[in-house]
Amino acid sequence: MLKRLEKLTEAEEAILEASERLPAGDVKHAAYAVLRERGLPGRRVEAWHYTDLRNAIKHFPALAESASQEVESLHDLAAIVPAARIAFVNGRRHDPATLPAGVSLSEEITRGGYRDNADAIGIINSLVGSHGVALQVGEGAQAGAVELVHSITAPRTVALRHSVAAGKGAKAVLLERHVGHPGIASHSNTVTALEIADDADVTWVIAQEEGDAAVHMAQLNVNLGANAKLTILVLNAGGLLVRREINILAKGEGSTIAIRGVNLIGGKSHVDVTTALVHEAPGVAAQELFRNVATGEGRGVFQGQIKVAQIAQKTDAKMACNTLLLSDTAEFSAKPELEIFADDVACGHGATVTDILDDHLFYLTSRGIPPRQARAMLVQAFVEEVFDELEDETMREALDARIENWLERNG
Amino acid sequence: MLEIKNLHVRIEEEGTEIIRGLNLTVKSGEVAAIMGPNGSGKSTLSYALSGRDGYEVTQGEVLFNGVDILGMAPDERAATGVFLAFQYPVEIPGVATMNFLKAAMNSQRKARGEDELSTPDFIRKVKEAAGKLGISMDMLKRPLNVGFSGGEKKRAEILQMALLQPKLCIMDETDSGLDIDALKVVSDGVNALRGGDRSFIVITHYQRLLEHIVPDSVHVLYKGRIIQSGGPELARHLEVHGYADVIADAA
Repeated sequence: MLKRLEKLTEAEEAILEASERLPAGDVKHAAYAVLRERGLPGRRVEAWHYTDLRNAIKHFPALAESASQEVESLHDLAAIVPAARIAFVNGRRHDPATLPAGVSLSEEITRGGYRDNADAIGIINSLVGSHGVALQVGEGAQAGAVELVHSITAPRTVALRHSVAAGKGAKAVLLERHVGHPGIASHSNTVTALEIADDADVTWVIAQEEGDAAVHMAQLNVNLGANAKLTILVLNAGGLLVRREINILAKGEGSTIAIRGVNLIGGKSHVDVTTALVHEAPGVAAQELFRNVATGEGRGVFQGQIKVAQIAQKTDAKMACNTLLLSDTAEFSAKPELEIFADDVACGHGATVTDILDDHLFYLTSRGIPPRQARAMLVQAFVEEVFDELEDETMREALDARIENWLERNG
Repeated sequence: MLEIKNLHVRIEEEGTEIIRGLNLTVKSGEVAAIMGPNGSGKSTLSYALSGRDGYEVTQGEVLFNGVDILGMAPDERAATGVFLAFQYPVEIPGVATMNFLKAAMNSQRKARGEDELSTPDFIRKVKEAAGKLGISMDMLKRPLNVGFSGGEKKRAEILQMALLQPKLCIMDETDSGLDIDALKVVSDGVNALRGGDRSFIVITHYQRLLEHIVPDSVHVLYKGRIIQSGGPELARHLEVHGYADVIADAA
């Protein structure tokens, strides 16, 4: 039994208070009780061992109020790939004139929810979140890309829930972007439910470029059907405190999952990527690769959980996490966690931490490339390899450009 | 002209002195072969001349066209015209060969106060030089040296040399790992660059390479010193008799 907390933190009080002004509901009611009794999770809660949320969140800003013209601030934001843009500025939604053929807005209002008492993102979202967007990609549709852009321009909180459903045999590209503003102590909380029907092919791109004072908490919860293909590309290149969770439940046989991510961690950033792949059907192949660069006083965390149920024979799950530490004060913690109940599976994981190799540096400098530039080329090469095999060249180049932008600012 | 005077080099990590009072002069346009048994200091000499970290010069000087290069960083030496063709060129995943070539050429131009190459000019130069060495543009699309065969790596080194147009080329056991055909392509590439004031130091264990790249002078390196110098006939003598009698003569 956990001891009931004697005193809530200022941030915990603020979350509860903010929630009291929002409409009541069962989920909210339950979440309220959990937060009031347990507070936010700290290092003694296993899922938060490396990210002590309770101590890290000193302050919970008031919920944002937005004005409709604020979307103008995104006019200069270049697209990653040509896409219909749905923008959320300070929580207020701005729809594009038209959505791509095959994509439609659903009437469904996304409800809150959380998995367990350690699901702090879900709990906060259940308490103070509101409906973002619900999208449907029609059966068999070869849909054009849709971009969900989130921007918070003031030191306020925005918590949103999205849901996206890709119908049987649909092909879809979605880009979840979070852009920020330097020095703005905003708090964003985004929970997205993604339903992928049988034979569908979904690419989900997460590009997180929040400002250096922002708290960013986000969760992508995927239900994956049979013979489907899911590609998740992650770029974390901002934020002061970042927790990105990706939870995938593979319910159907024979699907393919690829998660490829780059975490660029500088300044005083703390970036935590926590993934959980649950295999509940046979013959699913999953590959997960993260490359991280930590510099300054940056701290990175990767927790990768793979659970293989007894029925999920012939699971092929591989996970790798490679980190380049560029300063003595940077840190990275990697925790793989495998729980396998099936006997005929191939599961593997590997984590490495390296520095730039002298051999490589000497080779480049011996050709006349100054050390600073040579170093930057090697760092860039290390992370960009993650996106090397992307078929969509426009997307690869755009992601590489975002990486280069970060490296220039943090090199 | 390159003048190496009483050079002493120590490998920092091991603390052992490998080059022990080496003297060598290579005139402008001269091809000097340095031969020696294993462990004589051949690779150490090439690293010391190109400025690799961990190779500490404890005594002596290296003047290149009158300028002491020992105080310069590797990139600065490269910009003044020093080029090392590696015995084992490293594979660098993720760095595109073309980007690397462009960065190298433009860095050197910048260091010399010249304008950077335009992309069309750069591509034209690479295509021309690569064609002569039988290097396909496909190979250049790959990451630097990654998955290249031994011969391809050496050809890529010669390509860099042709593009960077150095004044002093140090070739560290360029023949190692090459079959006869690759050896011929590489040698032809080197011979095409001979002439003018470009000097070469060709480091090799075997005389075989020197049949293709005929040197002006041959020097025997042993225990960190040049113990005998001569013309191409010295290399042939070594091929027949080995190093033993030259070493015995010097003792």
